[in-house]
Amino acid sequence: MSPILEIRDLSVAYRTPDGDVRAVEQVNLTLNAGEVVGLCGESGSGKSTLAYGATRLLRPPAVVTGGSVLYGGRRITQGGDPADLLAMDQRELRAMRWREVAIVFQSAMNALNPVLRIQDQLLDAVQAHLKLSRHDAREKVASLLDLVGIPRTRLRSYPHELSGGMRQRVMIAMALAADPEVVIMDEPTTALDVVVQRDILSQVVELKETLGFAIMFITHDLSLLLELADRIAVMYAGRLMETGSSRDIMRDAAHPYTMGLLNSFPALHGPRRTLAGIPGSPPDLRNPKPGCPFVPRCPHARPACAEVDMSLAPVSGSAGAGVPGVVSHLTACPFVTPQMSQEGQASQEGVLS
Amino acid sequence: MSEPVINGVPVAGMAGGDVPVADVAARPAVSPVLDQAAEQVGEHAVVKSVAADRGPLVLEAVGLDKVFKLGRGQVLHAVRNVSFGLYKGAVVALVGESGSGKSTVAKLLAGQERPSGGKAMLDGEPIDIHSGRAFRRYKNQVQYVFQDPFGSLNPVHTVGYHLTRPIKLHQPGNKDVSGTVTALLEQVSLTPADQFVGKYPHELSGGQRQRVSFARALAAKPAVLLADEPVSMLDVSIRLEMLNLLDDLRTRLSLALLYITHDIASARYFADEVLVMYGGQIVERGPAEEVTQRPAHPYTQLLIASAPDPDNLGSVLKSANVGSAKRAGNVGPATAGCPFSNRCPLADDKCKRENPALQLLAPERAAACWHLEAATSLYADGTR
Repeated sequence: MSPILEIRDLSVAYRTPDGDVRAVEQVNLTLNAGEVVGLCGESGSGKSTLAYGATRLLRPPAVVTGGSVLYGGRRITQGGDPADLLAMDQRELRAMRWREVAIVFQSAMNALNPVLRIQDQLLDAVQAHLKLSRHDAREKVASLLDLVGIPRTRLRSYPHELSGGMRQRVMIAMALAADPEVVIMDEPTTALDVVVQRDILSQVVELKETLGFAIMFITHDLSLLLELADRIAVMYAGRLMETGSSRDIMRDAAHPYTMGLLNSFPALHGPRRTLAGIPGSPPDLRNPKPGCPFVPRCPHARPACAEVDMSLAPVSGSAGAGVPGVVSHLTACPFVTPQMSQEGQASQEGVLS
Repeated sequence: MSEPVINGVPVAGMAGGDVPVADVAARPAVSPVLDQAAEQVGEHAVVKSVAADRGPLVLEAVGLDKVFKLGRGQVLHAVRNVSFGLYKGAVVALVGESGSGKSTVAKLLAGQERPSGGKAMLDGEPIDIHSGRAFRRYKNQVQYVFQDPFGSLNPVHTVGYHLTRPIKLHQPGNKDVSGTVTALLEQVSLTPADQFVGKYPHELSGGQRQRVSFARALAAKPAVLLADEPVSMLDVSIRLEMLNLLDDLRTRLSLALLYITHDIASARYFADEVLVMYGGQIVERGPAEEVTQRPAHPYTQLLIASAPDPDNLGSVLKSANVGSAKRAGNVGPATAGCPFSNRCPLADDKCKRENPALQLLAPERAAACWHLEAATSLYADGTR
């Protein structure tokens, strides 16, 4: 598989009077064609900032302070070298957006214009990015609604006349309007209940299979990603803590933070256990301390943690470690191995009476 | 997420879920009287609550009914014949999708809405919303925690103010108000307390704000806490801390707790009894472990099959074997017969005509379905 989007050493900061808030620090993330990559972390971990930074959607005071974002879609590169999104001018960006990289925003309620009909909002997107006749554009809009399973009679509805789930589907339809190569989904189902959530996600997976786009899926719900994503990147305080396949993360989580997240959702099956969650709260990014940002909340913390350089390295003993080209399991913690991590958690757990 | 409002009347059946608003309004008008006549299929079985093992009955819902008038003669039957009890020191979870009527039930119990039928009884006495003094006494005993910690605290007042008011209101004889505020903050682990007293809501994280909401509810020294989706707006990693705090509070203070959620896994985590609601009715109830491990009603089965399951690695949401109920798509609860009949894989003509009552499966367990046996075996097949 060839990378369609490659984020290299991306750093983003918010300029404030009290100094820079370093929201994203030297993040490397690759999205291959047709793949679902999950980006997961708590509120404020920088996951949305990473996605918006990579797609040039941030405004001051947010500034991209370093790195590159290489896009390898064929329509842009014409078979040549990947193009750097961060170096593009406005005209080139315009050709990128929607046509190549589209975004499903978090809150459909706020992202849709309440005073325009669904049809007109979809038409806007289609006409701005595709050269179609009026009639064809209308037909395209109707077929987009078919795609996400909303009856065409809804074309003339206003957003408030649709349920939360339907609004979210409209958002997805809109993102797919120009047949993009990459779709970034920012917490697309967070406000929905589980039945509707599963409905929409299985539809998204179906669409991905037929249309062949790649998905970067942003959420704070790791349990969802484990089922949905091919690969998962766990983010904390603006840095990647661990990346690996869903299986790696689920079975052999190596970073104590990932382990904490895994231990944060009650299971539906298996024994009922008391769970610890992750005590404490995320660090203040204005005054980052050297070393690992997770230290104050980490059950495995040790003095050497203050000097960790936070670059990702292969997890010892993981499949594919060190073999170039193989998707490998990487962690930012040089001290904790999957076994230690699991033992540490096990000692904190008890069995519920 | 706030309840939508039509003509000034909150419409619980329309909140957020996949029920298009226009469809609700377009349903045939049913007069409440006729509707009730159609409901008289049989009495609900009397279920012994497992929560009763924890302590004595405090608050009881007896045949609660709520009909919202939508205008132009149309009505929405948000809650139908809901009965259950809250017991001292026990957690009862009310689980269901958006629009299933679970928040309306809590509002009826809190006295914020007046029931169209049935009643709520505190210590054997019906709620008296008409008399101000009696109602204040009731509020003293029954407190509410709201879903949205961003909307339920006043942004122009400090944490101290939010806690002082209920103390002055509900504990008029209390001489040491600031000491009580400190004690409350410590109870919800906002320590050191003096650092939090002067803070405004925007200076707190979501989890801290929700702790303030808990403290505010506890300021009245209630016997019952109605927690309406208290953690669903919080990050997954914070949720567990909150649930553990709630669990700790109900044990230490012997609170009777109603936990409303759409996350059935969290209900399993700390509830004694689980009630599953769909279309305004309780469709299944029983001990938390029983209901989540051996769901009897097709809707409960769908709910459980829909929950994210990390053990289901690689299934990638394609396994729609269990809970093969029709896509929630664009259908809301059916208006005639069993509310789940238009999505249920087992539905037949009888389901579309007659609404089943709760039938006992065990002394502590009941479900409302005409095809319980088939449903149970379908689920057993599906999971294997």
